[in-house]
Amino acid sequence: MNIVNILEEIEKVDGEIYERLNPRRAAMKDFFNMGKKITLAAMPLALGSVFKKAYGQSTPTQINDVLNFALTLEYLEYHFYNHAVVAAPGLIPTGAPIGAITTIRDHELAHVNLLKGALGAAARTPLAYSDFDFTGKGTFPDVYTNYLTFLKVATAFEDTGVRAYKGQATVLKGNAVLTTALQIHSVEARHASHLRQMLAANGATGLKPWISLGAGGVSNDTGIAAVDPIYVRENTSMQAGVNIVGINGNAGVTAAIAAESFDEALTKAEVLAIASLFIK
Amino acid sequence: MENLNEKVQNTLSMEGSILDAKLERRSFLQYAGAGAAIVALTAAGCKKDKVMIPTGVTLDFKDDFGVLNYAYALEQLEAAFYIKVASAPPSGFSTAERNYFNDIQYHEVAHREFFKNALGPAAIGGLEVDFSSINFTDRASVLGAAKAFEDLGVAAYNGAGVRLKTDAYIVIAGQIVSVEARHAAYVRDLIANGSFANSEVVDANGLDKAFTPDMVLSAASKYIKTKINVINL
Repeated sequence: MNIVNILEEIEKVDGEIYERLNPRRAAMKDFFNMGKKITLAAMPLALGSVFKKAYGQSTPTQINDVLNFALTLEYLEYHFYNHAVVAAPGLIPTGAPIGAITTIRDHELAHVNLLKGALGAAARTPLAYSDFDFTGKGTFPDVYTNYLTFLKVATAFEDTGVRAYKGQATVLKGNAVLTTALQIHSVEARHASHLRQMLAANGATGLKPWISLGAGGVSNDTGIAAVDPIYVRENTSMQAGVNIVGINGNAGVTAAIAAESFDEALTKAEVLAIASLFIK
Repeated sequence: MENLNEKVQNTLSMEGSILDAKLERRSFLQYAGAGAAIVALTAAGCKKDKVMIPTGVTLDFKDDFGVLNYAYALEQLEAAFYIKVASAPPSGFSTAERNYFNDIQYHEVAHREFFKNALGPAAIGGLEVDFSSINFTDRASVLGAAKAFEDLGVAAYNGAGVRLKTDAYIVIAGQIVSVEARHAAYVRDLIANGSFANSEVVDANGLDKAFTPDMVLSAASKYIKTKINVINL
């Protein structure tokens, strides 16, 4: 994270940011005095404290709401993977598979810590593994004993995460927080791409790294009916009033290509409905 | 500066009649005025020569059209690359790889044409590309270039999102960037399985890259022949 870039971005929205961050202001002295002592790992917390001090109590409520919403999802993802890695022996094959899931787990933990740091005292109550039911209230009873089921749920979570961040982007319009959210969002998309390839290699033949058109033109391309709500509207071919199918005479841009080319957003209510299946 | 010199010469030839005319007081003042204008032009050109260059395309970041044209430029570049790959894939490509690169080709064409239509008359012209550094018969060379394009595309959209003022375009940019990230992860895994989100692209905070337009255009410049002028960044 480049703090100078972030400050420049904030300046576009808040022309007084440098005044607010002026070292002469007592609130800011601590941060600048920390200087070289700040390590990369400590940055989220340090950054969070900067924003808190600069804005005092005035961090917009809607932005905190978005961050807490994201934090809930990151807790869900982190505990899902962490339990699989540390408490479900033999579930994930050794080598590349456990390597990939561990990488993803580590990113989710980093996201949790980043969002907690940015929210500071406004952060939601921490969520533990025991707060979740990853069988989805019995929908996926063998999630931690059947590798294929685990991959299906993992793919569903990542595709949900991608769609969830997108749905909140406009609330963060023009705010530096949007950049951070986008930086998390594209990492979730990278995860989704890899998990779809893992799923394809383990029985879901033909599942693409990107969300395609389902059989017969339905929005869910995974063939798993239980996750239909996660893929609603993914078969959309109109974008901002522009019809993508066969656009400007390009016959190669089929309905499937049109669906694949643009990931769709989910509303907060839709995401919470999906997540509630996994939260006790 | 070459173009600026041209402009200065054009100005001089236009003012030729002044040079030829008798040096009456009024004409002299006109000439002096023209000279001062040239000096001002040169000075301005030295400070911000990008503003004065009349050739190539101009990305004016003063509003959303500039950001959308920036995205349009990048999508043009990506589409041109994948069209070339898909039309004659390297012999080392498997059938699955050929199919997926064919898909990606059309994703990028869809993105390119979307921006063209969304921009309408405000769209910049077509860019001339330079892929001389890529060996299109070599799988590793093609994958390396694809990785560079996709990672750069992701970082470009991540960095540009905050500049957008129109809700619909913020959503569209988000809808496209995740597809680019899916491409990036796929291509990276083809090069080295498990490198879909390694430390080259994701930092210790779990964040992907976010680049400013000048960083992106500088990295992309080796693949673009057309001069791209950036103003109001």
